[in-house]
Amino acid sequence: MAEPLLQVENVSKHFGGLRAVDGASLAAEQGRITVVIGPNGAGKTTLFAMITGFLRPTSGSIRYDSVDITGEPPHRLARRGIARTFQIVQPFPALTVRENIAVGSHLRHAKRADALAAASATGEAVGLGGQLDKPASALTVAGRKRLELARALAIGPRLLLLDEVLAGLNPSEVRDMVPVIRGIAARGVTILMIEHVMQAVMSLAETVYVLSEGRIIAQGRPQAIASDRLVVEAYLGRGAAAQMTEEAVHA
Amino acid sequence: MKGLAPIATVAVLLALVPFITASNAVLNFLVMAFLIALAGQGWNILGGYGGQYSFGHAAFFGTGTYVTAVLQVRYGMNAWLCFALGIAGGALVGAVIGGLSFRSGLRGSYFALVTLAFAEVLRIVASVAPITGAGVGTLIKLDLRPEAFQFQSRAPFYWVLLALLVVSLILTRIIEDSRFGAYLVALRENEDAAKALGVDTTLVKLGAMTISAAITAAAGGFYAQYFLFVDAGIAYGPWISVEALLAPIIGGVGTVFGPLLGALVIRTLGELTKIVAGDAPGLDLVIYGSVLVAVVAFAPRGIAGLIERVRGRLTPPAAPSLERSHG
Repeated sequence: MAEPLLQVENVSKHFGGLRAVDGASLAAEQGRITVVIGPNGAGKTTLFAMITGFLRPTSGSIRYDSVDITGEPPHRLARRGIARTFQIVQPFPALTVRENIAVGSHLRHAKRADALAAASATGEAVGLGGQLDKPASALTVAGRKRLELARALAIGPRLLLLDEVLAGLNPSEVRDMVPVIRGIAARGVTILMIEHVMQAVMSLAETVYVLSEGRIIAQGRPQAIASDRLVVEAYLGRGAAAQMTEEAVHA
Repeated sequence: MKGLAPIATVAVLLALVPFITASNAVLNFLVMAFLIALAGQGWNILGGYGGQYSFGHAAFFGTGTYVTAVLQVRYGMNAWLCFALGIAGGALVGAVIGGLSFRSGLRGSYFALVTLAFAEVLRIVASVAPITGAGVGTLIKLDLRPEAFQFQSRAPFYWVLLALLVVSLILTRIIEDSRFGAYLVALRENEDAAKALGVDTTLVKLGAMTISAAITAAAGGFYAQYFLFVDAGIAYGPWISVEALLAPIIGGVGTVFGPLLGALVIRTLGELTKIVAGDAPGLDLVIYGSVLVAVVAFAPRGIAGLIERVRGRLTPPAAPSLERSHG
């Protein structure tokens, strides 16, 4: 089998005495949707920050497209085709939605008019068609999440990292968003996402990694993960895991 | 290209002023206002569009002034060439200060303080170094020939300065409409988001600082030719750092005409307060300061922002759905 598009090997990040990420390894296969789940504070966002160049790993290596990219700055990784969204949305508030997206489009289009035209197309593709001329600061939470996605897509990525794009959305907004993400993957973009909304994880993910206290404690297909004892322990505590096993035995 | 028509209109109207009045007082007033508008336009590119607030644009203004004056006086070079070298010198100083500060990741108030410190260091060096004439300053010899960048009357000076100003306005408009400009505004709005989209923020800031410094140095070089005298307090003094940032802030940061509007207002205000305050020492500055506070408090986006707001109230809003988000 070909080498995965993204290969994270034994990566750690220490902040002083705190091991935010501790020897985590994962792979994102070309064209697939891979999801990282884990309790709050597990180190998911730190892991993303290392993959996208915002943090330099304390140790370990990150390979993308068969090249070692460990420690490369974010703008270079973006030019290699790695795009990301931020968990806490980071719009350019004074700019319109179209201008926001155009900053991303400029990576492939030098001319302003071309970048703006490409931005309109990308905006429409994620369902922001009616709001292109609004200032980004006037968008709702759901709108801002879409804007994050549109901007990341605008750079024409091969690998897209989504950091909780569904968090804070209501169930109907989540239902609207899931097909958008699936559509991106269908166009051949490899997706690595952090997600808490389990309904979406179950329906989107092909491979799930579970990160807890900086370590990958489980990996596999979503159905297998949901019943994994270690995973239940990490989320609900040892007592709950024991009780569930007991119930399974008695059933 | 869009947006050049207003610049052309303003340029033509202002160019006609010397035909309407030969009053030296009026031309002097406008020359000082344009000088500050030009220095402010430089500041505006870095501060207004790029969000990097410099408190030390005197470093560039002063370099433009000194290079123009010293090369002529000490080495007998042609004034126009000296002027061009002054602009290049200012750009170089901008690139060096920018390179040092942006590479070390200085942002916000730290960047402001570092630029202030550089300007002060240059001022102190210029006030003792023999080549600048130290405390005595440098006097450019009177030589009223256009080849020497000196003119018999005020009007040609006025037109030269107006031409420089118009070039800076056009340049600003071109930047606004370019990828570089889009990146510059993006990093002002959110640096991390810009990086994630492939923007080499250090390089863009450095470019902006170099252009910014060159424009402000042009104002400095013109100053040398107009007044034929320069010393450390004029060239590298805090006055020009302050004027260069006040003009765009009052006029509207990150807009093409902001610095020009602001400079005209500041200068008018300065003249008016002098008349109102009469002989009471310092009273004009008190009034001046109070008005500035009022402007910043009530028109945080400057005059340009105010005009936009008033216009928005007069015409019915096109897109009324500006709901607040709950995020």
